[in-house]
Amino acid sequence: MVQDLGYLKESPSQTAGPYVHIGCTPNFAGITGVYETDLGTTMVNDRTLGERITVRGRVIDGAGVPLKDALVEIWQADAAGFYNSPSDLRGTADPNFTGWGRCPTGADDGIFTFETIKPGRAPYKDGRKMAPHITVWIVARGINIGLHTRMYFADEAEANAEDPLLARIEHRHRVATLVAPREGSVYTFDIHLQGDKETVFLDI
Amino acid sequence: MSDLSNNKPETGAFFQRDRAWHAPALTPGYKTSVLRSPQKALLSLDGTISEITGPVFGHSILGDLDNDLIHNFAKDGESAIGERIIVHGRVLDERGKPVSGALLEFWQANAGGRYRHKKESYLAALDPNFGGCGRTITGEDGSYRFRTIRPGAYPWPNGVNDWRPAHIHFSIFGHGFAQRLITQMYFEGDPMIWKCPIVTTIPDRRAIEQLIAPLDWANTIPMDARAYKFDIVLRGRRSTLFENRMEGN
Repeated sequence: MVQDLGYLKESPSQTAGPYVHIGCTPNFAGITGVYETDLGTTMVNDRTLGERITVRGRVIDGAGVPLKDALVEIWQADAAGFYNSPSDLRGTADPNFTGWGRCPTGADDGIFTFETIKPGRAPYKDGRKMAPHITVWIVARGINIGLHTRMYFADEAEANAEDPLLARIEHRHRVATLVAPREGSVYTFDIHLQGDKETVFLDI
Repeated sequence: MSDLSNNKPETGAFFQRDRAWHAPALTPGYKTSVLRSPQKALLSLDGTISEITGPVFGHSILGDLDNDLIHNFAKDGESAIGERIIVHGRVLDERGKPVSGALLEFWQANAGGRYRHKKESYLAALDPNFGGCGRTITGEDGSYRFRTIRPGAYPWPNGVNDWRPAHIHFSIFGHGFAQRLITQMYFEGDPMIWKCPIVTTIPDRRAIEQLIAPLDWANTIPMDARAYKFDIVLRGRRSTLFENRMEGN
């Protein structure tokens, strides 16, 4: 016998189900008067530093159909590469940028949209710089445990080429699943749950 | 976004998630998972600054009735119909450390098993005084509590005759985005738990039992509301001592 490590087990995940909007975006679900606004709908204000961008996309199932009942959350650094989190001890993040957004996919078109800013570069664990990226988390009916992935920016080819995570993707054609093309100020990030274009999901 | 604690924030990466403890992505008994489950291996990533950080929510976002589902949608002087219950517990991490300042959001069906949602088609009646959402933030000791009514069971289109046991959905934010979790709480003694195709996506019986809240007689309020105790465990994080990091990282 040895000592018991005494660690607890993480509570197992369960699907967010079809009614996740009731709990996470009740105003979107038509339940008004309980919360003033839905959390995560606004990430920026007029004083937020950085280039204003729109991130738009869909979550697409194995039959090619966009999910109309998914919930997408994003988490990102500010324009200088700092996170608005007590766990980022490197510096002070822009107080006018939350870094966190939440958006249900549209009930009609399945599209999610975030009005945000382009993040700066943050360091990988060994000090190398990561390319600018947005951390993305997807839950929905039929998804048993939330899916983590990252969105990178197509107009950051040089930074992407030296990004430590992108470099670890063995099948190089799959890198493109994480890189959002730009048109004007809009980046399009379609997330494919299955198939030839399946997005690279992360075990973080 | 708020000052939650005098403790120095922790910056270690999170313990590897035990994927065998969770449901796999593909669980054909829960039919919707078939076309929504990734089929390729996940790319593993030991947490970077992007995952060990996460949003923090201050108590200022909370309204007075956010943790009272009996009253937060009800007309003045009225209340939701159903068995009055208190749900309380602690949010801990895998090291047993309390997670302070954790935002919990919860949602549920009404006492008859009906959700207030446009996609809901169950014939049970809506309760005009029940919205079905609530939220709270844990204290320094990781504790939380809220008041609600016990939700009803309801049928759902999966098998011909599948029913969900009574449950409350929980969304939890810890201190890092890698801890993000959505799960469900079930009630002690409900025989329907073990028949549910969503519950049984979880392969290990002990893991399922971790989601079943016992009746807490000690905290039951006489002549008012029964209590159920539901502790939630988020991923633990490594100590950063001795980790090989570059300066300024």
